Amino acid sequence: MAGTQYRGSEIKDVDQFLNDSDGLESEREKEIGQHIGYRYDVNLVPDYKRITPFLSKYMEVMGWDDLNWLEDVHMGYEEGAAAVFDRNNNGWVRVPESVDLPDNQQDRDMIAREFLIKFQMSDRHPLVSLRKAYMKF
Amino acid sequence: MASVSDAELKNMTQDERARALGMTTEQLTGKQLYVEFDPDAEERFTYPWAPEVDFNKRTELDCDGKTTTEVNSSIRDLMAKGYGTIVLHNPRGMHSLGVGILSKLNLIIEGSTGYFTVGLLDGPNVRITGRVGWSCGENMMSGTIMIEKNAGSTFGAAIRGGDLVCRGSVGSRTGIDQKGGTIIVGGDTGALSGFMMQRGRMVVCGNAGKNLGDSMYDGTIFVGGDIKSLGVDAVEAELSDLDKAWLTRKLTQYGLMPDKGVDHFTKVVAGKQLWNYDNLEPSEKKLIL
Repeated sequence: MAGTQYRGSEIKDVDQFLNDSDGLESEREKEIGQHIGYRYDVNLVPDYKRITPFLSKYMEVMGWDDLNWLEDVHMGYEEGAAAVFDRNNNGWVRVPESVDLPDNQQDRDMIAREFLIKFQMSDRHPLVSLRKAYMKF
Repeated sequence: MASVSDAELKNMTQDERARALGMTTEQLTGKQLYVEFDPDAEERFTYPWAPEVDFNKRTELDCDGKTTTEVNSSIRDLMAKGYGTIVLHNPRGMHSLGVGILSKLNLIIEGSTGYFTVGLLDGPNVRITGRVGWSCGENMMSGTIMIEKNAGSTFGAAIRGGDLVCRGSVGSRTGIDQKGGTIIVGGDTGALSGFMMQRGRMVVCGNAGKNLGDSMYDGTIFVGGDIKSLGVDAVEAELSDLDKAWLTRKLTQYGLMPDKGVDHFTKVVAGKQLWNYDNLEPSEKKLIL
């Protein structure tokens, strides 16, 4: 059935998927029981005026003039909670409820990038054990 | 989980290692992995296993008479010794050069290389003074790659992150299956560029061949010149102020900013006509059953 019209819902509010965890807004989504599309704007480019000191230091350490791959990292929403997709883990990592979320997506994205780097570079990341188990000596 | 030394792990089979580290091979279908960030996590900028390298510590390596494996192994050995800037001489079209580097590094390749150059990168900054063959930067995760001359087909195939830049022109199927990151082409790109693109951004300062963005699911393509034709479900969209600011910053960063600015760029996105969820149509299935 190729060529069907896009029948997902539009993102109207930064808290939309915190308040509505199912995200079933359009008729089509209600019909199939699944949200269509992403729960954040994957094409939103970062506003560098909002960068955090940690991320500035990360850029400096890596020798990059900008956020590089982190430009594609955004704060997402999974099961009614703020979360970030970790490509190294192939899964969502939740933002603790104790963290106050800013009122706009740009600042949320900066927090998401900072959390993700700290997690990926830590010893508690699943990749550390996986590497030990499956690396070639 | 009992702690196991690296020496003990080395003497085990892969299956024994997995079990010793608490992993199992049970069926995971239906189970959920719940992971939460630690807001007080220590500040680190490189992977725990990455070698400590210093950009100011520089060395040179002659590829003449060496195999690809020997050159790539030498790069790893030099990184383990703390070298943060490595210059390769006489690559002479060697294939698969500098692949799989998962740490920060300045890698300079003086000359031209063959296919799969610097694929599977995660972190390094690479500059290649010559041309490259097929699939340069394939599956790149992060970092920057700058090609001073032209590149072959499938430039940046399945790239997931980072900046992949070619000052010259590139072949067909540029950014095929692109899943993130940025591909910048100073000249022209061939047919079927952005085919099955899923995320990320592609910038072509020159012209684009036919079927641009064919079957793209998401992501953005910016073209400064003419587009021969758009592919299935690729549509033009309005260039926003944020897009213009991003284009200006990126192109200036790599010395590719056109004299006439970025206002003339055409923005191409997915029309979302192929966003089908047919396999999740319970009502239709019920009718059939």
